[in-house]
Amino acid sequence: MTTNTKTLLNGIFKENPTFALVLGMCPTLATTTSAVNGMSMGLATMFVLVCSNVVISLLKNLIPDKVRIPAFIVVIATFVTIVEMLMKAYTPAIYDVLGLFIPLIVVNCIVLGRAEAFAAKNSVGLSALDGIGMGLGFTLSLTVIGIIRELLGTGTCFGMNIYPDNFGMLLFVLAPGAFIVLGLLMGLFQKYVKK
Amino acid sequence: MMLSLTCITIVAGAALAGVNMLTEATINAQKEAQKQAAISAVLPDHERIAEAEQAGDMTIYRAFDATDRYVGAAVQTVTDGFGGKIKLMVGFDADNRIVNYAVLEQQETPGLGTHIVEWFKNTDKPGQNILGRTADGNMTVSKDGGDVDAITAATISSRAFLSAVNAAYAALNSSDASTGATRQLQAEPEQTETVSTDAEQQVTNDFVSQGK
Repeated sequence: MTTNTKTLLNGIFKENPTFALVLGMCPTLATTTSAVNGMSMGLATMFVLVCSNVVISLLKNLIPDKVRIPAFIVVIATFVTIVEMLMKAYTPAIYDVLGLFIPLIVVNCIVLGRAEAFAAKNSVGLSALDGIGMGLGFTLSLTVIGIIRELLGTGTCFGMNIYPDNFGMLLFVLAPGAFIVLGLLMGLFQKYVKK
Repeated sequence: MMLSLTCITIVAGAALAGVNMLTEATINAQKEAQKQAAISAVLPDHERIAEAEQAGDMTIYRAFDATDRYVGAAVQTVTDGFGGKIKLMVGFDADNRIVNYAVLEQQETPGLGTHIVEWFKNTDKPGQNILGRTADGNMTVSKDGGDVDAITAATISSRAFLSAVNAAYAALNSSDASTGATRQLQAEPEQTETVSTDAEQQVTNDFVSQGK
């Protein structure tokens, strides 16, 4: 496997942010009440990850070591605010649902973690690939959790009715369901994928 | 060290200002469109909508038909729900019947409280439906002795919703009294005025007795 594909797949399997690194749990638990919400959150985070990884990789030689964290945060916060404004303008329905969690991407450990652990040490191209891989990993995890919670909780999948929602177990849409689904998926992931 | 951080923040600031300029108009247009859609959805057939009136934290949009007769009003109201603010647009016709409502903003529990969006307009279930009812500013859930069925397992959200509708009605009618001249222009019988004043008095009493 070339370095490129390895970097790309690293974020999806070996170092999956949600199931392997266990980073960014707050948005993971809170926004996965439905498949669409989980996926939107994942995509928004992916956009920020890719952009911040590229910019930080470009700037890595210009930023003195002592102020790297504030510099990274400024870069990340800028992109998050851009995403927020774009979503408000073009996808208001999704923005209404995700609301508070969009600004909170700033403090999502994955973004800063990848900036510090990867982008600050690698080339622009590789950092972009790492951002895409990590972003995809995060998006896929959130989408899967969202699908399961939505299906068990309300009987729909991406908003399509699978079975009448009277039979849904509301527990799965509520907070405990998030922990249960996340825990079980993490267990399965560790057993079958991460090996 | 200072220099590089300063440069980064300056560039970041400039980038944000740029994106803000690009998106500001669209964001405002979106909000306006959403509001307009909600207003037209909750009002009976109308020709034009009068200037918005402010009544406390509520906004009243009165609608008139082609002959300039008052046909109803949409009231935007805010209340505290279970998980945050609930913002509603409630439409009344000239006889204070509830035409329709639209939930503009809510952060209720998904799967429970979020049902407020459609629960109270289910015309197949008269117990929970409020459309077509004549508002009396005094609707409560059955648990509190009223006749509106609350959402299963979301009584607090239901209560908040109904109190918002009641408040909208109260605001509409109290502002009726102050702009009574507008109403008389539409050659409404004098009697209507009296009725609404009575109802309003009732509402005021209710609010006092609830300690609001």
